Order: sequence, then structure tokens, then C-alpha cells
Amino acid sequence: MPTLQEIALKTTGADARIVSGHRMCSGCGIGSIVKTVLAASDKPVVVVSATGCLEVVTTIYPFTAWNTPWMHLTFENAASVASGIEAAYKVLKRRGKIDEEVNILAVGGDGGTYDIGFQALSGALERRHKFMYLVYDNEGYMNTGNQRSGATPFGANTTTVPAGKVSFGKPQWRKNLVEIAAAHRISYVAQAAVNNTMDLYKKAQKGFSADGPAVLAVLQPCPSNWSFDSSLTIQYSKLAVETNFWPLYEIENGIVHINTKPSNRKPIEDFLKGQTRFRHLFRPGNEHVIVEMQKMIDDEWARLLKLEESGIQF
Amino acid sequence: MGVRKAITGAQAAAEAMRQINPDVVVAYPITPQTPIVEEFAKYVADGIVDTEMVPVESEHSAMSATVGAETAGARAMSATSSQGLALMWEVVAATPGLRLPIVMSLVNRALSAPINIHCDHSDVMGVTTVGWIQIFSENAQEVYENTLLAIRVAEDNRVQLPVMVNQDGFITSHAVEPVEIFDDALVQKFVGVRSLDRALLDVEHAKSVGPLVLPDYYFEFKRAQEEAMSKVFEVYHEVGTELSAITGKQYPFFETYRIDDAKAVVVVLNSAAGTAKAAVDAMRAQGKKVGLLKPILFRPFPYAEVREALKDIPVIGVLDRSMDFGACAPVYSEFRNALWELERRPAMQSYIYGLGGRDIMTTEIEAVFEELLSGKLDPEHQRYIGLRG
Repeated sequence: MPTLQEIALKTTGADARIVSGHRMCSGCGIGSIVKTVLAASDKPVVVVSATGCLEVVTTIYPFTAWNTPWMHLTFENAASVASGIEAAYKVLKRRGKIDEEVNILAVGGDGGTYDIGFQALSGALERRHKFMYLVYDNEGYMNTGNQRSGATPFGANTTTVPAGKVSFGKPQWRKNLVEIAAAHRISYVAQAAVNNTMDLYKKAQKGFSADGPAVLAVLQPCPSNWSFDSSLTIQYSKLAVETNFWPLYEIENGIVHINTKPSNRKPIEDFLKGQTRFRHLFRPGNEHVIVEMQKMIDDEWARLLKLEESGIQF
Repeated sequence: MGVRKAITGAQAAAEAMRQINPDVVVAYPITPQTPIVEEFAKYVADGIVDTEMVPVESEHSAMSATVGAETAGARAMSATSSQGLALMWEVVAATPGLRLPIVMSLVNRALSAPINIHCDHSDVMGVTTVGWIQIFSENAQEVYENTLLAIRVAEDNRVQLPVMVNQDGFITSHAVEPVEIFDDALVQKFVGVRSLDRALLDVEHAKSVGPLVLPDYYFEFKRAQEEAMSKVFEVYHEVGTELSAITGKQYPFFETYRIDDAKAVVVVLNSAAGTAKAAVDAMRAQGKKVGLLKPILFRPFPYAEVREALKDIPVIGVLDRSMDFGACAPVYSEFRNALWELERRPAMQSYIYGLGGRDIMTTEIEAVFEELLSGKLDPEHQRYIGLRG
């Protein structure tokens, strides 16, 4: 396992797989996430991006920040495109047309994964293509200005489900993508967060070496649309973990393992405070929303602990 | 000489695919295309081809994975019909912009609603504006040969565009006909292998494919696509000449049948052209000078050649198997456009026939000829053949 410094060196400079000059927002962690994941591959990586922040900021023609083979087709099909690349890879190797070993990485935001790309992802997992699917989850359609997605948390204010006089924002809980992916009985699924590079790197390594498809879901707080100071991205990611809002865990060959267990979980208010999307929850009349959110987080955590303790194969 | 086999149009497409032995085939079942991929899947299961076959969960993913494989460097093929084409439309439209020479069988079927599984051309006519080369086939033999031709036209460096090879659902796809299958080795030499020049899997030369292109460059991309389309005619001609050496056939942009001294000509696509030939023969036997023009290469559209072929014909009836609601029917529109430049323009009449698989009979086409010869035309309105009164 390399040190944090060694990982940092692999993700910078002329040999990095994403080079400087991209147009990510100030404070955005998508670059850190994707660079860390790419650095974890000891083979060349062929990348497919769904339409979204990553695609938009890295490739405005005639420029590209990609120093590795990269393609984008449309929004909902990164996993299907990866399926085709993997099929091509297998047959071109078999027919002796190429000889280099590669890893294949599909990357989408939560909109391109939980929502519009969900069917394509499920199909690709069921067909057991050898690729890793990475979702950088900023909990909504952030590239287009904060619209609600299936990953948007309960109580969040979005432009399509705004908080108003009779609305506290999103009334539903988010999907559990990690468990849905694991239900395909694939050998590696993990949840990571941008604040913990070592954990993310390790999980990416495991994902690339998995026997068949792997799914990696990474929390990416969005300074632009969660609306916090761009110096605080890592801080918010850390708070998401420390409040158990976003536990770091993995499901390896069906066995649940929690990577980080906060000794003293912080109240959810610590995570909500300072984010414009949750500001309305601190107004009189919305106390019940925070209470309900806290209960759900605690229940989910208890459930996750039970899953781990049971040792039952997922 | 090849071997004569009694097979359907769907099997003819699969036979061509067997000989091509593509790197990747991606498909999702849909009537009436399904027998193509079923037949091909048997070849895979029996080791007759060593293609990587990916049976995906939707047509949207079918075209997406085909694009992924083709971008990666593979020769990738697919097949679909109607609703399937409609579902994959987004990716179908993106493919020519990526300059990917994918060849796909399109077994023409009516679009919903109401749902109907039988033949018309409303599926293909919904995608003729997005930049695929469109080739039409009258029968199973043409399906087979057009599929081979399509691979070479698509992959030519002057072109690098995708091709749909059309055949009529059920009428062609499910009817058994004698089809001459040419020698495997000769055909395989003709189709060759796809070059890895642009392959994404050529990792030593990292490329970014499918970037965001804003108003400063998007227009130029589209202009380049049109330039490639304009090269199709010469490439189609060259490749057709090469294929002739194996098959002994000609590969014109369209077929003309007994039009030299014709006083009236009917234009019709695909299988109905066969019916129309029988009608022409019956009329000719009565001494009536009529003929047929059957379009084969519909995109790009050979305007100049069509104009030259029809310049002396006084009356032309164009039969469309789909409508463009509230506007001129698609095939009729093209022929009107093509003939506008003529000094002496012919009289023209638009007819709609066969929607949702309704049969068209030789007698109905003979009635069309009679109408055209009588001069009782109504260019302001399209007429309907075989519609319930």
C-alpha cells in the first residue's frame, strides 16, 4: 500500500491520468476522487464518462484533460458503453489484435447512475462484464444547478422539489445504491468518501482486481449547489461520515465490512448546518424533519451493524 | 458461383454476419428482427463464428454497447426494428457524429400507436435526418449482398459512417426464398478486417472521444459529417464494382425496370418493388408503356442520377409506406426535390400504401398505372391505396 504522499505523486504531474487545465469548480472533489481511483490501477485504464460534471469540465473541445483513453456517449449508458468496450477487449485479445492488459472504468454522477443510468448499470452488472463503475455522488443534478435525483437526501431543498410554505423539500429517502448493486451478487461493492483518500484508494484497488464487475460509490459534497465555502468540501465529507449519514463500508463477496465506526457519532445537525440546501430545516415548524432524519440515520446504522455482525452473505 | 439456400430475409442477414464474423454483435430481441440475432446466436453457440455476443437489456443499451465496442476498435454490428429503433434513437443520432462505421440490420415495422408488428417504413423514415447511410433491399438476396456491401462502404476512410440495411418486416424477414450465398473465403477476403487506426484500446495513443463541443466548433463537426456523406457515392460505386467480381451483379444507387420508353413510372421501396415489377409486366403485356424505379441507396440520396433517369418520363407516381403527417410523404418529397431542376417537370402523384403491414396487390399497382396514364392526378393531395372506404 503506497503512502498518501506516493498516491499524491501519482495523481499529479505530466504522467497523471487526468492533467491540470480542467474546469472543475473551485473546491470540487470530483478530480480528487477520479485521480485517486485511476492511480489505483496498475494497468492502463480506459474510461467512459456519463454526461455530467466530469465530462463537461474535462473535455471542452479542442482541449482534453485526459491522459488516458476516454470516451463519452450520452447520459444514461456509461455502463452499456463499458459493456461494449469490454466485449471488444475480450475478442480483440482473443483474436491477437491487441496484447496490452487494461482496466475499464465507467464513471457517472448520481443522476447518471441512480436515475437515468440505472437500467444500464443493472444490465451490465447482471452480465458480469469485467469493469468498475464509479459514481461520484453529489446528491442531485449539480451540473445543471441542483435538481432532485434518486440520491438526493430527505429534507433537501432542490430546484425541482423546493422547500416552500407547504413543503420541506424532498419528502423521500434516497435509494441505497450499494445494496442494490450487491443484490446483483457481484464480488465487490463499496462506499467511500472524498475525505478519506487511503480508504478510497484501497477500495479502488479491490474494485479493479475484482472477479467481474465492481461498484464504487463515493460521496462528493458540491460547494456550488450545497452552497458552502469551497474550502470546506473535505470537512463536509468528513462530517457525513462522522454523523453516519454516509458510512464507509464495503461488501466483499457478499460479506459486509464497515471500514470506519465513529466512536461518538455526531448529531446530523453538524452536517446540515451551513449548507444552503438544508437551511430551511432550522426554521420553526421543520424541527420534525431533522428528528425524522436523525432517526432514519440511526436505524440505518443499526441495520448496517447487524448486517456486519451477522456475517451473513449478502 | 455460390450455394443456393432456401432461407428467409432474416437468415440472409445472419448469413452475411456469419461470413463477416464481426468482433462484436450486440442486440435485444424485437419482432420481426429477432430471427436475425437468434440465427446468429446459434452460430456463436456452435463455434461457427467466434464473435463476442452481448445480449443486452434494451435497445438503448444495444446501440450504446455497439458504439462502445466500435469505438474500442471492434467491428460491431446490431439489428433492430420499429420501437427498438425508436428507443435507441438518441444513440443512433449520436453515432454518425462519432464517425463510427457500424452496420445494423433494420427490419422495417410500423411504429406505435396503435401497436402493430407488421411492415411499414415509419421506423426508418424517422431517422433519415440523423446521418446514417440508408440502403434498402427488395428481397433476401439483396439483404445478404447489401449487408456485405455496407461493411466496406461504412469503413472506407473517406466515409467512416454507420449504415442501416433495411428489409421489410415479415414480408422479407420471414419469407423463405432461394438465396445464393457466395464462397466464404471470397467474401471474407472482400470484407477484410477493420483497421485499429482509431481504436480507443490502442492505449499507447490515448484519445478523448465524444467531448463537449460548444458553438465555436460544433458546426464544423457537422459540416465534416456532410462531407463524408457526399463521398458515399464514389465509395459505394467502387465497393459495388469489387463485390460484382464475386457476385456477378451490379450495385446501382437505384434499380430501373422497363422505364426507357415509359409514359408512367412508379417509385417504390423494398419488397413492394417486386410486386410492382409484376404489375409492370402485366401492363406491358397489354401494350401499356409503364416502368418502375426502385430506390436502393436512400441516404445519401442520389438526386442527380434520379433526375437523369427520370428526365423523359411524363408522369410519376411515388408510393410511400409511411406518412409525414401534415406534409408530403418522405419518398415522394425526395423525388419532387430531385426533379425540380428539370426544364420539363413531370406530373407527379403521391400515394400511401401498406401501413401496418396491409398487403399491396399487383392489381392495385396496375390501377395506379391506369390513373397515372389517364392524367387524372391531384398533386395537392396524397392518395391512399387499399384503405377501407
